[in-house]
Amino acid sequence: MNIPHNGLQIAIIDYEMGNLFSVKRACEQAGLDVLITADASVIMSSDAAILPGVGAFGDAMDNLRRLDLVVPIKEFVKTGKPFMGICLGMQLLMSDSEEFGYHKGLNIIEGSVVRFPAENREGGKIKVPHVGWNKIFQPSSEDLTYWNESPLKNIMSGEFMYFVHSYYAVPSDKRAVLSTTTYEGTQFCSGIFLRNVFACQYHPEKSAAEGIKIYKNWASAIKSKQGYGA
Amino acid sequence: MPKNIRIIPRLDIKGPNLVKGIGLEGLRVLGRPEQFARYYYETGADELVYMDVVASLYNRNSLHDIIERTAREIFIPLTVGGGLRTIEDIRNVLRAGADKVSLNTAAIKNPQIIAEASRKFGSSTILISIEAIRQTDGRYLAYTDNGREHTGVEVLEWAKRVETLGAGEIMLTSVDKEGTGSGYDIKLTRMVADAVSIPVIACGGAGSIEHIGQVIAEGKADAVALASVLHYDFIENNRVEINRENEGNVEFLASRKTFSKIKPANLHDIKDYLHKNGFQCRGSINQEMAGEHTA
Repeated sequence: MNIPHNGLQIAIIDYEMGNLFSVKRACEQAGLDVLITADASVIMSSDAAILPGVGAFGDAMDNLRRLDLVVPIKEFVKTGKPFMGICLGMQLLMSDSEEFGYHKGLNIIEGSVVRFPAENREGGKIKVPHVGWNKIFQPSSEDLTYWNESPLKNIMSGEFMYFVHSYYAVPSDKRAVLSTTTYEGTQFCSGIFLRNVFACQYHPEKSAAEGIKIYKNWASAIKSKQGYGA
Repeated sequence: MPKNIRIIPRLDIKGPNLVKGIGLEGLRVLGRPEQFARYYYETGADELVYMDVVASLYNRNSLHDIIERTAREIFIPLTVGGGLRTIEDIRNVLRAGADKVSLNTAAIKNPQIIAEASRKFGSSTILISIEAIRQTDGRYLAYTDNGREHTGVEVLEWAKRVETLGAGEIMLTSVDKEGTGSGYDIKLTRMVADAVSIPVIACGGAGSIEHIGQVIAEGKADAVALASVLHYDFIENNRVEINRENEGNVEFLASRKTFSKIKPANLHDIKDYLHKNGFQCRGSINQEMAGEHTA
């Protein structure tokens, strides 16, 4: 195995859901050396880990179980090392999901995953999935500390990010909500920041220069050896 | 609050070259696709589409190198289509750096590939390209191979079916309008956009900024794909590398003549126009640099 030049190893967890290569390229752009892996011991020995993912919640949990990754992911998060969940990878952190029935999630963050309504308040049809660029906002304008200590520091509240999803996470503890976004009248949690866990519904790796900035912020927190929530 | 409209440059590719044609026939060489792609990324494109316009015809797939080079430096969604026939073809293109794939011929021949691919790669990864031609009786039928092959499939029925099978988006091209600069087919776009709940990308016919506003307002398009309007603007304002050794007719490019019906515009002009006319979209880089940012 190659030893990364900066001595840090970042694991992108490969559980056969979606395209991991754009996440890898974004990490490299942020100066991180990454390994795409499904090996629990490699994940556990990494300095930080990313759970990406595109696809259905139930299939994703099935894959995580089949690959014996459920326990390692939970254990990794408990170590306090930086952990990032992207899109489906954010939703999987929740307790459960209503996507195609009822599925239990990783239960790292208490809360559920629900679908966008079929109609908006005016009775108009809503296009689902929510595909495209939308703005992320800080939930409260009073206290910026939380935002500024997260990987969103130096990102403007109201910045555009790229979304592709039909479901969204509803954390029970509202204090975990880092950013909110509104689509067709539904305001939802588009980002979570809780101790060492940063998760986003949007794809920062597809969100142009501002998205890459999020990877860079995350990378500098890892490199400072403090990580988040230390 | 209305949704944010996406502006998607569409780059038709033949071999190593960016090409453009009329009615998807009579291809002209415009330059190197990566050069155009980088410029569109830097000026605020919301996504990019690469279409291998002859792959389906000659059964080849020459896009991989171009995809890899693009994905290394461009961090917005990239859709790749043309000649993808199997799950393995899709996997290879995604591995090279595409974020989504566009299917037409393969889906018409075997609709189950939509279900299989959307299960494997996620619905949002599977975009179905529908090439519509208006018949003399007013019906719209779907074609393949860039409007060359008749399928007998009705566009409206097909659009509903691909949604049921798990497609994440529809890219709807009017072959009649493609490359003419006379405007999008509003009736066609509206018909499909009203019938499905997945996003519809309108494609084919844009000759001016006003046409874009029209297909969003009247055609109910969720996104618009643009080729000539943007390409000709880029050629007019930038030095384009002409590769004479490679395939294609480069005389058009060398002559620097634009097609008379096309009024070239750049992405900043388009985004500004949309904002001014009450549409929402991700702002152009200029606007962001103008001071929206808290340093």
